[in-house]
Amino acid sequence: MSRSRSLAMATVIVVIALALLPLVAEKFTVQFATRILIMAIFAMSLNLLVGHAGLVSLGHAAFFGIAGYCLALSSPQYQSANFWASLPLAMMAAGALALVIGVLVLRTGGIYFIMATLAFAQMLHFLLHDTGIAGGSDGMYIYVRPDAGLFGWRPFDLEKFGDFYFVVLALFLIVFGFIGVLRASLFGRVIAGIRVNEQRMRSLGFATFRYKLACFVLAGMLAGLAGYLAAAQFGVVNPDMLGWHLSGAVLMMVILGGMGTLAGPVIGAAAMLLLELGLQSLPMAGDVNLGKHWQLPMGIAIVLVALHLPKGIARLLRRGRADD
Amino acid sequence: MDFATFLIQLLNAVQYGLLLFLIAGGLTLIFGIMGIINLAHGSFYMVGAYLAWSLSMHFGSLWLAIPAGIVLSVILGLLLEWLLIRRLYRLGHLQQVLLTYGLILIVEELRSIVWGDEVHGVPMPELLSASIPLTDTLSYPVYRLWISAVCVVFSLLLYFLIQRTRLGMMIRAGATNREMVQSLGIDIDLLYRFVFALGVALAALAGMIAAPVSSVFPGMGNQVLIVCFVVVVIGGIGSVKGALVGALLIGLVDTFGKVVELKIGDFRLLPELAGMSVYLLMAVVLLWRPAGLFGKRS
Repeated sequence: MSRSRSLAMATVIVVIALALLPLVAEKFTVQFATRILIMAIFAMSLNLLVGHAGLVSLGHAAFFGIAGYCLALSSPQYQSANFWASLPLAMMAAGALALVIGVLVLRTGGIYFIMATLAFAQMLHFLLHDTGIAGGSDGMYIYVRPDAGLFGWRPFDLEKFGDFYFVVLALFLIVFGFIGVLRASLFGRVIAGIRVNEQRMRSLGFATFRYKLACFVLAGMLAGLAGYLAAAQFGVVNPDMLGWHLSGAVLMMVILGGMGTLAGPVIGAAAMLLLELGLQSLPMAGDVNLGKHWQLPMGIAIVLVALHLPKGIARLLRRGRADD
Repeated sequence: MDFATFLIQLLNAVQYGLLLFLIAGGLTLIFGIMGIINLAHGSFYMVGAYLAWSLSMHFGSLWLAIPAGIVLSVILGLLLEWLLIRRLYRLGHLQQVLLTYGLILIVEELRSIVWGDEVHGVPMPELLSASIPLTDTLSYPVYRLWISAVCVVFSLLLYFLIQRTRLGMMIRAGATNREMVQSLGIDIDLLYRFVFALGVALAALAGMIAAPVSSVFPGMGNQVLIVCFVVVVIGGIGSVKGALVGALLIGLVDTFGKVVELKIGDFRLLPELAGMSVYLLMAVVLLWRPAGLFGKRS
């Protein structure tokens, strides 16, 4: 009992600290924290597939990117899109795309599933990269962030970095809570059952394909949420948003943090981005500028984690407890 | 497209396909026998190309650079296997993906530190720099034919090694049942080390012979890696025959996708969408046969 109480305490402290951040931190720190929260949403959405359903996708950036493009395309130049209209639109678009791709890729399994998801994401990447659609390889700029006006009421201004941070934090907490509830629900337990033994779940009478598809679409929509926020934060979209590098990086965050745990993807996203930031400011070592070559120590860190923490960082924090 | 142009593109397609097979063959062999997903396989292709550049500058000739490069890449393969890869057998596929992803970053940065970030050209050996005239205006470079020939020779050697020698028999047995082979008194770890070094050497060789045509540039390994995974998946993971068929298919689709014009109304499908064509092919194959052309259903 004391353990779960201390865990709840820790969660409350983290949330309060996050809520107070803009009051004490500089603009750069707040913006960096915003970036971590957005990537954490993205990683949590992928973890729904990888950790909970056992479906390893290497094309998850497709949904992230498509939602970003939705925002760019729905923002008239030098004017803003409406937040309340464009966000659901972007998530629906990502969900619709996930439905189409999901129907096709869920026919395969294992490594073939990894490669099939990669194939569809790469197709979209090249479609945007090689044709003139939405600016081609240069992408598009979003000059003004979405406007949060709703019938004359304007609860927050996304152009202010503090407001933007709070909106992202709120959405992050909603997604975190939603996934927590989902895990405990019948849907979540069926998905977990499918990961362990799909045949058994099917023989119990569950239409496993539909559950997997629903999970795929849901993960796509949440990735879309992250992609929309990322596009709004950076004010630019380009085909790399859908590329395999990003899909790979977010998969690394999930594995690094700990698959299948609630906090794992969040820890993975934060660890990866903080490590990146820290390593980029490394000094010279002899003739070698370590800051410029930050990916070298990053690679070494990843190798060491893979060797010594095969279950990710999150599981390290709760060592001694039986696997769930 | 007249016949001479078609012939040139066909030769290009086969040459590209054979080169891909040299790399993808090692990738699928390492997976099929050792059960290891090696994302860093493309990095060895890149290392091969950079070795070709450095060594041919040093020796003044590609002819000496290639054997020296093979020796160095075998040493690299043995070292890596001993240092990292042998620890991967007991880990799951996702940990392998994570570790070899880390390895990509390490190799890429070491490359940047050792060789810099510029694009380099590797001079062709004089003996192979001629062209064969096909028509009055079109000719085909001898060097590309030589690439194809080298790939064919090494593919045949690989086939002979795996299918016809005692060592190959042990390797095939080791892929089927590791414990059984071990209990027969065969040093399976040594066998795996050999297979890994062989895969590394083949990928590096591909990089070395391709270097004068493709030039040498940062990130070239990852570009090739993704295409090789496509090849392996189309062919069926673990199947060397599948890798050959897949590689030739990709060679054809990629090469002709870039030169054929195809329009629907005002919209040019090809070559505008040539970059997609390879992935489209993979998607179609997977929908038709979810375990690849020659893969075993799991």
